Amino acid sequence: MIEATGVTKRYGSTVAVDDLSFTVRDGLVTGFLGPNGAGKSTTMRMIVGLDAPSSGRITIGGRPYHDRRYPLHEVGALLEAKAIHPGRSARNHLRWLADSNGISRSRVDDVLEQVGLSSVARKRSGTFSLGMSQRLGIAAAMLGDPDVLLLDEPVNGLDPEGIQWVRHLLRSLASEGRTVFVSSHLMSEMALTADHLIVIGRGRLIADASVGEVIAQASANHVKVVSPQAAALAALIRAGGADVMPEGDDALIVTGLECRDVGIIASGAGITLYELSRQEASLEEAFMEMTRDSAEYLADPHIAAGSVA
Amino acid sequence: MTATDAAVAPARIRSLPQPSPTSQFVALLRAEWTKLRSVRSTMWSLLVTVAIIVGLGALFCAARVARADRLGPDELRNFDPTGFSLNGIFLAQLAIGVLGVLVMTSEYATGQIRATFGATPQRRLVLTAKLVVFMVVAFVVGLVACFAAFFIGQAILSAKFHQAGLGDPGVLRAVVGGAIYLAVLGALGIGLGTILRRTAGAIAALVGLLLILPILVNFLPSPWSTDIGKFLPLQAGNAVFHVGGRSSTDLSLWVGFTVFCAYAVVAVVLGAVLLKRRDA
Repeated sequence: MIEATGVTKRYGSTVAVDDLSFTVRDGLVTGFLGPNGAGKSTTMRMIVGLDAPSSGRITIGGRPYHDRRYPLHEVGALLEAKAIHPGRSARNHLRWLADSNGISRSRVDDVLEQVGLSSVARKRSGTFSLGMSQRLGIAAAMLGDPDVLLLDEPVNGLDPEGIQWVRHLLRSLASEGRTVFVSSHLMSEMALTADHLIVIGRGRLIADASVGEVIAQASANHVKVVSPQAAALAALIRAGGADVMPEGDDALIVTGLECRDVGIIASGAGITLYELSRQEASLEEAFMEMTRDSAEYLADPHIAAGSVA
Repeated sequence: MTATDAAVAPARIRSLPQPSPTSQFVALLRAEWTKLRSVRSTMWSLLVTVAIIVGLGALFCAARVARADRLGPDELRNFDPTGFSLNGIFLAQLAIGVLGVLVMTSEYATGQIRATFGATPQRRLVLTAKLVVFMVVAFVVGLVACFAAFFIGQAILSAKFHQAGLGDPGVLRAVVGGAIYLAVLGALGIGLGTILRRTAGAIAALVGLLLILPILVNFLPSPWSTDIGKFLPLQAGNAVFHVGGRSSTDLSLWVGFTVFCAYAVVAVVLGAVLLKRRDA
């Protein structure tokens, strides 16, 4: 379990992380979401004791990370994939890491095998693509067979096959009972892998909830109803106090009622329905909605649209 | 809490054996040794160090033999064949010093320092392990080079001069002293690298301290130039690989060597203080 309590990190006058509190629970994949520059990487670095919080406290399993002599046995982290001496081979990189934590060298070859880098184990890591570096970073994180894994943007630079592989890996690591804390700026990615989400923007906590709850919290859900007597139905629903937005000639978007309620109203008035469905906001929309005010760099929509056209 | 949140998987069975907490320093020595020998630049820098000490020493000695008949009586009386054959150290110290700097700054430049301190939060222990490993390597390589330079140098000098033997007073101390000098210089490099974190800045500081500062101090009016000059690292430390030949204005051999070591100690201690305080 990772626990952050009132964590703030200032760099000069900039506040990178602002009074952040959250809990990452055991045996789940917890997604750590936020736009670029939201403070995700800073928080990750503070969890593993590389950066010291200006105030507040972070513990893993009840004690600070730096209390450990051989932390790789308990916590594995992928922070920056390219942060490796380019002249050293993948295998030698893992070997010194293993040496420092009393891990056997046969384990090095095991994890290289596991991430599919055995054939390039002796190549200098400077020649690796970003995707290969990510795999090496994941191998380093798994080296000590840790209970807790921290992965900062692990799918960055991976091809679709690699992304698929990371997704499966995260799920299987969690199913083995490990705690997985994975950051991303891509909501769609997290929708597929995470059980729970911690969303931050500009260093502040925006949401700490399950994937379903995040969607519900971010935007109201709607009911879509299609009927040849749409106008009459709209009047009845409005009379009941809910909001109705006409969509085209015969469709309505109803806010504030469930499908069931709309069905009852329609049948009471003998109105024919062609379609009655619940419209859920996508995770992506929910994320955009939540972080709209906190994105560090907002593109001017007019310029963006113009450049596409 | 939703259904997925509640479904916590059963506790895992751990497969890797836990190392003993008392052997952490040994583990770190092993890790730093693996790091040092797994990049090519280490091998090249050490080979260059040996080549300079042996090659330059032989060249100096050959030149001395060629000019032997034109030397004045003072030059002949004060001639130190041991120290002369080890003069390559004056250039080779830069290779060792720069390699020491890189031991630290290459980790900062690549970002690997985060992996290092992530794997071992006891940062000062990591610094100590780096120092021990690098100083031992510098000492051993220096020792091989100094003995080789001494024997080759004496063989060349014997054509015209009385050659020094290892049994003569101060000679063995000077040859081993050359290796110790290089090891301490490596520590100075690591210390500067830890303080400054940037390769260019740390190398500039090293070269400034060893080579530029003496030139600047030389411009001061005497007696300041000699009073201050004798405390500079190179002037204070080089007596350890020479036999005799100290002028009255110089610090005595061991006082000078202590001053030389003090530079390395101050740099390392300052680095250790900053290391703990700063974000990695």
